[in-house]
This record gives sequence, C-alpha cells and structure tokens, in this order.
Amino acid sequence: MNYPAMNKLVISATVNGDAESFLCDPGTTLLDALRTELGLTGTKEGCGSGDCGACTVMLDGAMVCSCLVLAAEAEGMAIHTIEGVAEGGALHPVQAKFLELGALQCGFCTPGFIVAAKALLERHPDPSETEIRYWLAGNLCRCTGYDKIIRAVIEAGAELRQERKAPELGTQDRQRLVSDPSDSTDRGALATIEDAALSDAAFEGEAAAAKVVGNEPHPTEIEP
Amino acid sequence: MPQLAYHAPGTIDEAVRLLLASPEARPLAGGTDLIVQMRSGRIAPSAIIDLKKIAGMTGVRRIAEGFAIGAATPCTALKEDAALLAAWPGVVEAANLIGSVQVRNRATIAGNLCNASPAADSVPALVAAGATCVIAGPDGEREVPVGQLPVAPGRSTLGPGEFVVEIRLPPRPRRGGDAYLRSIPRTEMDIAVVGAGTALVLDADGSCTAARIAVGAVAPTVLLVEAAGAALVGTRLDEDALATMAEAVRAACRPIDDKRGPAAYRTAMAGVLARRVVKIAAQRTEITR
Repeated sequence: MNYPAMNKLVISATVNGDAESFLCDPGTTLLDALRTELGLTGTKEGCGSGDCGACTVMLDGAMVCSCLVLAAEAEGMAIHTIEGVAEGGALHPVQAKFLELGALQCGFCTPGFIVAAKALLERHPDPSETEIRYWLAGNLCRCTGYDKIIRAVIEAGAELRQERKAPELGTQDRQRLVSDPSDSTDRGALATIEDAALSDAAFEGEAAAAKVVGNEPHPTEIEP
Repeated sequence: MPQLAYHAPGTIDEAVRLLLASPEARPLAGGTDLIVQMRSGRIAPSAIIDLKKIAGMTGVRRIAEGFAIGAATPCTALKEDAALLAAWPGVVEAANLIGSVQVRNRATIAGNLCNASPAADSVPALVAAGATCVIAGPDGEREVPVGQLPVAPGRSTLGPGEFVVEIRLPPRPRRGGDAYLRSIPRTEMDIAVVGAGTALVLDADGSCTAARIAVGAVAPTVLLVEAAGAALVGTRLDEDALATMAEAVRAACRPIDDKRGPAAYRTAMAGVLARRVVKIAAQRTEITR
C-alpha cells in the first residue's frame, strides 16, 4: 500500500519461538514485515489477495494468509513461519515427504503448503484424501497438479503416526534424508500405506455418500 | 494520498469516536475484504480501527437461550461452539463455505454482512434464521434484522461512526431446522452463483408451522422470499408445496447476467437449491430436542 512512511509502529511478537520487535507502517502487511523487517523470506507472496495461500503462516495457532493480516494486528501474538518447521537439521516429516516424493517443481507455493499441511496433521493425524484436498483448497500450485502433494501429506501423516509409536526412528530417517536426498526410504512400506489410505474406491464411496444430500463433501468437523 | 493510521481501541465508545473523527476510517475485524480492497487500491482509508481488542468482540455468548456472536469472531470459531452448531447448523455451514481455511480463520459473518455482497454465503442463512445485528454508533446501540443492513452491492445502512458489534440468533425453535446450500462451478474457494438458505418449524405431525426462505446472488441484495415460506406453511412439505415454493423463489429473482452465471440459470437454480435446503432442514427437525 502506497502510504507515506510516517508514524512507524513498533510491533513485538514471538516469531518461531523467539521474541522479536520490528518497525512497520500502519498499513504494512504481516507478510511484508516478515520478509523485509525480519528477513524471513521463506513466506512467499503469490496473489496478495488471500486466494493462493503461498503466504500461509500460523498466527496464535491458526493458519492465515499473512498478506491479509496487518503487521500491527500481530502485536503480542505468536507467529510460526516455514523457517520454524524444521527442527535443527531435521526436516519435519511433511518437508521430508515433499522432497522424497517430488511434491514440488518451482517451489514457490511449497512453504505455504507445508505450513498448512503441518497444521492439518497436528489437528487430524489421519485425514482422508478428501479431507486433505479440502483443507489445502486455499493453497494453489500451478506445477504439480496436486497429486504428489496430496500423497506427500498422506505419507507424512503415516510417518507421524508411526513416530508417535517409535519416536527415535523417524528423526534418524529424516536426518539421513537431509544429508543425502538421494537415499530413498523403504518403498515396500510406502506401498502399504498407499494401499490403505489412497484407495480410489474409498474416496469415491465417500464422495457418493455425500452426494445423497445433494452437496459436495465438506469435512467441516476437522477444521480449527 | 492520505496518511494511514492504525488504532486498536479497547472500548466500543472509543471505536465510535475514532470512526466519527475521520470520515474515511474503516473498522477492521477479519480484514479479508478490507485489506484486499486496500491492496487493490479500491479504497484508501485514513484510519483502520481494529475492533479485536474490544472486550466481547470475539466469541459466542448465550443470550436468553439464543446466541450473540461477536463481530470479530472468525467463521471457524463458530463450529467450535457445539451448542451453536447444534442449534443453527445451516448458519455455521454457510459461514464455513467462505474462502479457504486460511480465510475462515480470519473472516467474520459480521464482515460478510457489512461487505454487502449479494453473493455473501452467510447472509441468506442468517436472514432465514431471523438473525439481527446490534449496531453501535454515536447515538448508542440499535438492533436491526440482518436483512436490513445491506442496501446494494457494497453499500449498507450503517451511518457515520456506526459499526456492527454482534450478530444475534434467536433460540432454535422446537422441531426447527435450518440449512444453506450454494452453487459454484468448483467444489471450494469460489463465490456463490446462487445461494439458498431456509429455517423452518414442523409440528409433531410433520406439518410446517413456519418457514423462511432467503436466496443470494439473484438480486442486488439477499432476498427474503416471504411467498416461498408461506407456500410451505400448513403443508407436510409434499411435492406440490415444494413446487409452489420453488415457483415463488424463481418469481422473486432478478439476477444479473454475467460470466459466472446467466440470469436464467441463476433463477432456475435458486428454485432447485431452495427445494434441497427445505429437505435438509426438514430432516434436521427430527434430530432437534
């Protein structure tokens, strides 16, 4: 917004767990403040109008388009961006699965997808394909055609569920993936997950059931 | 170019004073319309009055068996309120058809109402439910039916210094049910080509004792079609009654003709959606205490 740079505001917020203070104009969006004031350029601007989700961040636990939040509104709030998703050198399972399954091409939409997918799996550890597609409807990708993204989220969910049973194993696998991206994990295990979670018949059955009431399925029960 | 100011007042009175002080000041709740309009250059407010620091502006309260929804309550918070979801599922569903999860975590039904789009998803559901809005302003508070707030696309009856502080829903009537559906070419993330909402009441024998039908995106404002509701009262929602109701809905439509939907299609679909929402709402009366 082209307003004169006057009456700067001082905003204090927690960003990826660290206390931060920065200056901004009253009309500066949270997206612009993150990128230009804090140097966190992982969060991208796609459309600037809340349609594409490339700028998705977590604001006090709710995923939002940071292009549609004024930085001033974030005063005192907890912000989590893509930069805070990996823990040290270990990628989050969602990130690791995006890499492993090629769920990105140009990569511009990827930070938004990863923040959104992580938010979904934290609320709903075992979402159906339909639920994932609805949850990610606000994240647009012009390269992949979405299928690989959806598969990556399904498999990340499976890995997170597995990790809850054997926590130390999952971290080791991801550490290995960071150091050697060519190292693939057990394909046999992936096929099993795919058979169970990605069944076309199950998806079509769900869609058909929803059509009985004359409306598309809408998994409202899983949103925050 | 005006200089923009940002204020986050702590009281309704202070917000009214700040809005009055500058004719180009705009209230901010979820920002999903306001910030888009600012960024596109369509509006250049002198001041943003963020309402979210005012006590009671975010959250759902019980009032005399009914509900008061603070103007800054995001759409996703509505379905976290189990009592609200049980009482007015159509309203909660309509609010949660708007935009994406990201948008619904910010967008509010009060903002959807004040933005005064004829295609606003939550408004037909609210009108059908008999919702009112409480408006604060220089002369204190007034309460009006939600349908009286929008007067034309993008224009409302809000006066200088006025803003909506809450939306009120009545108690759900015994054996009452509500529903909202919209038609869009995609499955998600689109603007209604047609929307229809209803709230109705059946007696113990299944006869309809009250019905309200409201349609969106078929006129400059959301329409409450009284003749359509009247066509259902006294019937058991049989095929003849539904046909008469749908005809009344179509007769009330005066849609625009554009790339989103030809006028004839919008009119025909308004009748179709009205029939579907009546059937869903009737089913929901059976699960009401």
